[in-house]
Amino acid sequence: MIPSTSAAFIALIKRDLMLSYRHRNELLNPLLFFVIVVTLFPLGTSPEKELLQTMAPGVIWVAALLAAMLSLDSLFKADYEDGTLEQLMLSHHSNAILVLAKIISHWLVTGVPVIMLAPLLGLFMFMPTEGIKTLMLTLLIGTPILSLIGAIGMGLTLGLNRGGMLLSLLVLPLYIPVLIFSASAVDASLAGLDIKGQLYFLGALLVLSITLAPIATATALKISIE
Amino acid sequence: MTDATAGLHVNSISCTRGYRDLFSGLDFTLSAGQVLRVEGKNGSGKTSLLRIISGLAQPLEGDVLWNGQKIHHAESDYFQQLLFIGHRAGIKFELSPIENLLMAKALNGARSESSIEEALYQVGLYGFEDIPCARLSAGQKRRVALARLFLTESTIWILDEPYTSLDVAAVSVLEQRFNQHTADGGMLLITSHQPVSLRAEQQFRLQLPHTRLEAI
Repeated sequence: MIPSTSAAFIALIKRDLMLSYRHRNELLNPLLFFVIVVTLFPLGTSPEKELLQTMAPGVIWVAALLAAMLSLDSLFKADYEDGTLEQLMLSHHSNAILVLAKIISHWLVTGVPVIMLAPLLGLFMFMPTEGIKTLMLTLLIGTPILSLIGAIGMGLTLGLNRGGMLLSLLVLPLYIPVLIFSASAVDASLAGLDIKGQLYFLGALLVLSITLAPIATATALKISIE
Repeated sequence: MTDATAGLHVNSISCTRGYRDLFSGLDFTLSAGQVLRVEGKNGSGKTSLLRIISGLAQPLEGDVLWNGQKIHHAESDYFQQLLFIGHRAGIKFELSPIENLLMAKALNGARSESSIEEALYQVGLYGFEDIPCARLSAGQKRRVALARLFLTESTIWILDEPYTSLDVAAVSVLEQRFNQHTADGGMLLITSHQPVSLRAEQQFRLQLPHTRLEAI
């Protein structure tokens, strides 16, 4: 009996979530980093309300972006080292679909906690409710893009011993559009302006990366495990 | 499908590592019920050959064909028929044997009559099914990976050093399973530094870097 791809997709998400649960300490690291970076800013600059309010969108988004990069390491590394990645690539299911399952479960355990913590950090930075709402919305659209793009970079640098530096060089330039549109959307909403334009751009980036990134990642992984 | 194209056909493949030729012009066909033992010194390219045949690596030249079609061709059902167990066991140490095999089943399927408990019983892991693999011994971890052989309905088995860190009893259980597999019309490609005694009628030996198959 040959199982369907959807069954394999769901089983893989479940397995990865279970693995993350058993490694929950490791998940905490990027999250702590996110919180610490944002809380250090008022200490390093000044605790004035106006200054923090102006900086808030940029600071929170940069911290979220760096936290996303920190968390990428756990995406394929363990699977590569214990040989389960080979087994995924050898299954008859579409490799891109299986890769998408891995990215989704990775986002659920790294992206979603960042979105949940964002309102708290927004309050630290004296953001008004309207700004916090937009911040969460942009994170909701933006963090999946970060996971998807990061997966391509991770796939390409997987076989290298010290791929970390190369990974940042590959991935950070591709993260910049997300940062620009998201931070500018939050800024605009703080100024009471319309944010539709930025959100459309983010949405387009999300659609583009959901459709293309898994394919690119699967191809990169194939080269990496050879 | 005609008889001339049925089975696994390796079409004059070459492989290099660095600037060194491991083998070139390797050409053979393997059909139902046959066993190929790949032998050779350390570094002679046994693992490279098995990874090329399993589709994980690309040969420098030549193709691997399954029933007359390239294995990576979209219409080929090669990967449904393939079971590969390499040096890296492909099991998660944080998961229990049952959880590992559930994942293998979801990916590759299983014979309807065989259950996961049954497979674990066969490899002697009865009573260990709920313990995280990290806490099992090296041989027991290997057995978890090999339990897939009792679950699968694949016809081509590619096994790289399956006997590593197994005890005598486990080796004989495996050999029985190999015999059953070839008797059912399956194919087996295997490397091993230990003596292998199988009952299949048609067994071949490939002594790398020579590229001629000898019947055993």
